[in-house]
Parts: sequence; C-alpha cells; structure tokens
Amino acid sequence: MKHLKYTLVGIVFGLALTKGEAISWYRIQEMFHFESFHMYGIFMTAVPIGALSLLIIRKLQIKTFSGDIVEMPKKEYHHGVIFGGLIFGFGWAMTGACPGPLYAQIGAGYTVTIVTLMAALAGTWTFGLVQKYLPD
Amino acid sequence: MDLIYKQWPWYIAGPIIGLSVPLLLLMGNKKLGISSTLRHICAACVPASIPLFTYDWKKEIWSFYFVGGILIGGFIGGVLMNDGTVELMPREYFNWGELITMRGFIMMIIGGFMVGFGTRYARGCTSGHGILGLSALQWPSLVAIMCFFLGGILFSNFVVPYLL
Repeated sequence: MKHLKYTLVGIVFGLALTKGEAISWYRIQEMFHFESFHMYGIFMTAVPIGALSLLIIRKLQIKTFSGDIVEMPKKEYHHGVIFGGLIFGFGWAMTGACPGPLYAQIGAGYTVTIVTLMAALAGTWTFGLVQKYLPD
Repeated sequence: MDLIYKQWPWYIAGPIIGLSVPLLLLMGNKKLGISSTLRHICAACVPASIPLFTYDWKKEIWSFYFVGGILIGGFIGGVLMNDGTVELMPREYFNWGELITMRGFIMMIIGGFMVGFGTRYARGCTSGHGILGLSALQWPSLVAIMCFFLGGILFSNFVVPYLL
C-alpha cells in the first residue's frame, strides 16, 4: 500500500503522455520526419522543468518527504548508449512506442500492444543472455 | 480549449511529464525510468541465472506500481477522455490479425524486440535518459537521446515507408 503514491504519479504521467499524444504512432512519425513541432515542444518543456526542479532541490537542499537527502541521478557513459540507442531508435520508429507508451497504449485500448510489450521483454531478456559478447 | 476530449498542447503535457522527475525523487528517491521495469519483470519471471537478472528485484516493486498507473492513465486519457475522434495508432497496421502478416510481424514483434533490446543495452529509454538524464545534465544521456533520434529518423524515413 505504501507504494500506491507511485501509482498516482504514474496515472498523471500516463495521462499526460496519452492526452499529449506522445504515445501516438502518428506523432512519432511526424517527429522523425520533422513535420510537427509538437513532440519537440514536449521535450523542450519537460526537460527544463525537470532540470529547474533538480536545481531548486539542490540549492535549497530540499529533503525527501521522509527526510532523506535527495540523491542526484548520475548516468555513466558506456558505448551501449550508442549501439543500444540506435537499436532502440529503430524499434521506436516501427512501433511508435518507447517503453512508457507501451503501457499507456495497452490502457488506451490498443490491446495488441500486449504482444509488442512481450516482444520488448523478450528483447530485454535476450540482451541479458548475449550481453557478455557485445561491446560496451 | 477542450482539455477533456481534445489533444493537450505540448506546453501542458510537457511540464506535467517533467514534474514527475522531482515528484518521484521527493517521494522516496525514486528515479524516473521505465525500460528498467522490463528488466525487473525478466528478473522476477525468468532470471535463468543470467547476471543481468539476478538481483533483488523486490526492492524495485515501486516501479510496477508506477507503470500500473501509466496503464490506468492511458485508459483514462485514451478511452474515458476520448469522444471517439482521437486515434492514436493506425488500427489497420496494429491489430491482432495483422500479427500473422510479414508487415505486422516486423512492426510489432521485431520492433518491440528492438525496443527491449536497445533500451537495456543503452541502460535507459526516453524517460530515463531523455527526461531524467537530460534534466540532471548528464552528458551520456545526451549521447543516448541523439542516438535514439538518429535511429528513429533513419528507420522512420527509409524503412517504415517500405513496410506500409
């Protein structure tokens, strides 16, 4: 039950993705064809809002609701961001979905996306299996 | 402006998406990231002694609650708040019968496989690298998002048109 608050954040996040049509196959194609500003507008507002929030948290040393220090996210570089990033981009263009929208599309009634999600799980699992043979 | 049934403009949807970053951090030091849930499901269901999947996934249970919420949000936004005029996917390509065609197999199954494989290889997706990583000014995330877009632009322009 203590995790239900994350469901609430998920609902709002999923609603914004869906009503903002970031889960739309059409909007994703438009984005990759540079035909519409819409998706770029979403990124160009979401990222600065996130960055500004992190700056405020850091400057004012705001603690979590349970009083802990907020750990700032760190992403290490590895070559996988290039190789994996490209492979993901290929899949994103075909399915019109990154992982978040996969869940939202199922909720939005496009039930066949369950199969796409299962395929994504198979892809993740296969990566785990062959990881040791890949450059990273 | 009809926010119930019509598309939300980017200047409404974008800030709400961005606010999930501080909200998750303040609620319990949780980091926005969705492709990691695919890993946790693998770890919970078929770890098969693979190093990538042998860890205590139960510590990450919050993320299942989070993506459960995303699914509900998709239902509210795509079904309840839809008067039937908003179509998010071309149903002629994305339906159950299409799965047995070559086009459907490539777009949904190969496409989905690449999403799962690629995001794990990159250790993050549009949310973890694109929103959280960029918000935290992490340059590896900038490299990642540039590759996501490069791959997407190439496939959307030069491969998808031949599939349809």
